Amino acid sequence: MVTAQKKIEISRLTVRFGSKTALKEVSLDVAPNEILAVIGPAQSGKTTLLKVLNRTLETSGDAVMEGTVRIDGEDIMRSRNVYDLRRKVGMVAPLPVGLPMSIYENVAFAPRQAGIEPRRELDAIVERCLRQAALWDEVKDRLDSLGSKLSGGQQQRLTIARALSHQPEILCLDEFSIAIDPVTTHRIEDVLQELRREMTILLVTNLVQQARRIADRTAFLLNGELVEVGPTGRIFSDHPEQQKTYDYVHGIFG
Amino acid sequence: MISPAHTNISREIPAADAALPQGAARFTETPFSRKKMRSESAAEYVFLAMTLLLVAPLLLILGYLLYQAWPILSLDFLLTNPKRGMRAGGIWSPLLGTFYLVFLSLVIATPIGVLAAVYLNEYARNNWFTRLIQLAVVNLSGVPSIVHALFGLGAFVLFAGIGRSILAASLTLAIMTLPVIIAGTKEALSSVPQSFREACWNVGATRWQTIRAVVLPNAVSGILTGIILQVSRAAGETAPILFTGAVFFKAISEGDLLAYGLFDQCMALSMHLFTISTQVPDVPHALPYGTAIVLLGAVLCINAVSILLRIVLRSRKKW
Repeated sequence: MVTAQKKIEISRLTVRFGSKTALKEVSLDVAPNEILAVIGPAQSGKTTLLKVLNRTLETSGDAVMEGTVRIDGEDIMRSRNVYDLRRKVGMVAPLPVGLPMSIYENVAFAPRQAGIEPRRELDAIVERCLRQAALWDEVKDRLDSLGSKLSGGQQQRLTIARALSHQPEILCLDEFSIAIDPVTTHRIEDVLQELRREMTILLVTNLVQQARRIADRTAFLLNGELVEVGPTGRIFSDHPEQQKTYDYVHGIFG
Repeated sequence: MISPAHTNISREIPAADAALPQGAARFTETPFSRKKMRSESAAEYVFLAMTLLLVAPLLLILGYLLYQAWPILSLDFLLTNPKRGMRAGGIWSPLLGTFYLVFLSLVIATPIGVLAAVYLNEYARNNWFTRLIQLAVVNLSGVPSIVHALFGLGAFVLFAGIGRSILAASLTLAIMTLPVIIAGTKEALSSVPQSFREACWNVGATRWQTIRAVVLPNAVSGILTGIILQVSRAAGETAPILFTGAVFFKAISEGDLLAYGLFDQCMALSMHLFTISTQVPDVPHALPYGTAIVLLGAVLCINAVSILLRIVLRSRKKW
C-alpha cells in the first residue's frame, strides 16, 4: 500500500440526477480502519455518496458524475473491474432485502458467484458472517428456511452478513438500524468496533447519537453539500466549526 | 367509533359503562354507519353478479357444443382423416396439423421472445433506441392477423422461397405471437423486485449472474403463463396460415404422429372448421360441432396444464 494514509479519497465529487443536484463538490478522505459516520437530514445525498463508492449509481441510468474517487489510490471510475470493486466495498442497504433463497444461500451467494465451491469453506464463511451480524444464534437451526421470510430486523442482519461474506475492505452501512431494536443495534455496533481492525467503515445514519457512540470522525451533509467533517468529539461539542452543524446535532432544525 | 366523550381515557376507563349516557351503546349505530354497511354489501353482490355473468356464457357455449357434438365424439373421430369430401370421417389430419403448427411456432418464438425480453428489461438503457424497440413491440402486437398472413406470404413463402408449408406457416404464427411473448415476459421480469437485483449487484454479482440466480427463477411462472396463453392464439387463428401453409384437404397416414414433414402443407382445425361450416354443402350436423369441441377442448387442456404449472412453480416461489 503506497498511500496507506488514505483508504478513500473523494475530491470535488458532484452528482446530478437530471436537473437535480444530489452532491455538490464534496471532498472527503477516509483513513484505513476508521469509522466515519455520515449524518444529515433526508435528501442530503448520503445514500448517493455510498452508491458512488461501489458504482451502483450507474445502474440508475440518469446520474451524471464529476470529480474523482480513489480507493487505495486508484481512480474507481477508470477501467478496472467493477465487480471486484463491489466486492471490495461491502454495502448494506437501508431496506433489508432477504434474497428469495435459503438463509444459507443468502450468505453463500457472493462467495459462490466468486467461484468458491467447497462446502466446508462455504459453511465456515456462512457461520462467521452470521455470527458477526449477530444473527447466528437465532437461525443456526434453520439455515435452510427462506431468507425472505425472516422478520425485518433479522433480514437486516442477514443483509449485513451478506455484505461481510465477500470480505470487503470497506463496509458501507446505510441506516442499518432502521428495522432493528436498540439492543441488537448495540450488539451490531460492538461488532463494528471489532470489524474496524480488518476494515474501514462508513456509517450513514439518521441517529446522530449512533454516530456519537462509535464514529472516529463524523461528516455532516446538508442538501448535497459537505458542511463539516471532523473528529466526532468536535462535531458533537458545543463548538463545531459551523453553526449549522451545532443546530443539526442538537435537534434545533432538520 | 370513539365518541368525543371517550377521548379522555384516564378518566373514562375505570367506570366506562357507568359514564355512558343512558341508551348509548359503545358502538353506536348511526344513519351514516347503516348506509355504509348497506353500500358495502351491495358492492359485493354487484361484483359477484358480474363474475357469474362472465362464467355463464362459457358454460353455455361448452354445454351447447357438447350437446350437438355428442353423437360423433369417439376416439375414431380423432384418429381418422376426413372422408367423402369432408362429409364423413374424423379430424386426424387437421388435428395433427394444428399440433405441428402450434408446437413449431412456439419453438421458434419462445427463445427469441424470452431472450429479447430479458435484454429489454435487464440490460437495455433507457434511450431512444430502446424506446423505439418497445414501441415496435407494442405496435406489432396490435397488427391484425390477416396482415401477418400477407407478410408471411411475402417474406417466407415467396421471398425466402420456403413455399407454402408447415414451416412457413409456423414462422408466420411465430411472428404473430412474438410481440405478445416479449410483452408477457417483460411483465414477469419486471414484477421481480428491483431490490433483489440491487442486493446481488452490491455483492459483486454480474448482471448475468443476477439474472440466472434471482431474476429468472422468480419470473419463470409468469413467463410460462404468457407463452402458454399463446398456444390458444396460435391454434385458433385461421388467417395467418391461410396463405402460408394450410390446405383445404390432405389425407395423411392415420395414427402416425410423424405423418407431416416440415415442408408439407397441412390441414388445421381452425381452417377445417371454417371450411366444413361454410364451404361444403350437406355436412352432417354434428361434424363442425365435433371439430369445434376438439379445438376448444385442446385449448382448455393446455390452459389447465398452464394453471397446474403455475401452481407448482408458485409453490416454489420464495417471497
